[in-house]
Amino acid sequence: MSRQSLVAHIPGLRRYARALTGDAWAADDLVQDTLERACSRWRLWLAGSDLRAWLFTLMHNLFISQLRQVQRQAAQRRAVDLDDVAHELQAPQAAPGLALDLQRCLLRLPMDQRAVLLLVSVEEMTYAEVAKVTGVPLGTVMSRLSRARDRMRELLDEPRQAEPAMARAAPIVVRLK
Amino acid sequence: MTSPIEHSEGRDAALDAALRELHREVLAQPLPRVLLDAARRVEDLQLQTAHSRQWLAMAAAVLLAFGLGWSSHGFLPGSPSANLAKGRIEHEFVRQAGFAHAVYLPEKRHPVEVLAAEQEHLLQWLSKRLDKPLKIPNLEPQGFALVGGRLLPGDSGARAQFMFQNAQGQRITLYLGALAKTANATDLQATQFHFEPDAAVPSFYWAEKGFGYALSGQVDRATLMALANSVYGQISPG
Repeated sequence: MSRQSLVAHIPGLRRYARALTGDAWAADDLVQDTLERACSRWRLWLAGSDLRAWLFTLMHNLFISQLRQVQRQAAQRRAVDLDDVAHELQAPQAAPGLALDLQRCLLRLPMDQRAVLLLVSVEEMTYAEVAKVTGVPLGTVMSRLSRARDRMRELLDEPRQAEPAMARAAPIVVRLK
Repeated sequence: MTSPIEHSEGRDAALDAALRELHREVLAQPLPRVLLDAARRVEDLQLQTAHSRQWLAMAAAVLLAFGLGWSSHGFLPGSPSANLAKGRIEHEFVRQAGFAHAVYLPEKRHPVEVLAAEQEHLLQWLSKRLDKPLKIPNLEPQGFALVGGRLLPGDSGARAQFMFQNAQGQRITLYLGALAKTANATDLQATQFHFEPDAAVPSFYWAEKGFGYALSGQVDRATLMALANSVYGQISPG
């Protein structure tokens, strides 16, 4: 593989990480962790196989394990479903109307639905590729996608809610399915 | 009223389009230095390995050519894309061999389907299922006795695995079967012989007449090479 090819995937990884985390700094940290992991695991990448899919798989697994870490660290704290508070945990980026709404709604999706929706709609991967990247069966990909789209529509149709009260003491817990 | 399906498809498309626009500006942003540096480290590693792998393959080829008096027609260069497709198929083959090895290696009660005691039946059965007269190499001189064999599914049909074990309980497996066809059917006719340093289990791989062979085991490379040489010498036709 040429030097160009890995670097060429970074912009796409950054955009995906940005939508996944909703935060520019967290996104670049995730991309960097992904590249570091690629560095230690590159032997496992089969030459000739899809480099992009491999990088997205690494990133997906890292994101999940980082969420689990947050879950462990928060085990002693107040238990709250991350999916309910994710939109409060992320610093909202200065973005105009629809983009801000979209990102907020995305962050209110369960993590696995969010990942599948982004991989299909933004990265334009096939269901089979998404199944490989997320490590779940094809049927699960399809049902997650369908639930994600339904939920996004509901969220986007909701009237804009008032800013969530920040009085709640930073609870960080994750529910992983 | 529009059908709910059409309606939802239209809305899916609208949602997807909106999501594709989200953070699109990131694609055009200059890459942070730290990410570029991390990417370069990976690429440097890959370049180094590509070189060392070429060297290894060549060393193995030279050794074999001398050791076996074997013609090196397999090393004629093909077109890059044909080589890539071929490389993919071979990698996949070795990967599957590695999985099969890892799954049955620790098996205590059922390491094989048919035990060595029924060697004749084993050979007939697997030859029939793989549609090719097989031979089981004798690795007793190297201290490895046949445990038996089993039939396995591969990506392009039936595969067979023979297991051998030495007095220390170390096991090696010989995995074989037809390779997936490439666009250019002659690609895989050629014989290759190389060590797969990237495989999960150390493996020597070669192909002949569209059939792939992988000898895998957690033994040092020189031992595995000697065993592979012996297997190759015993089972290669002609």
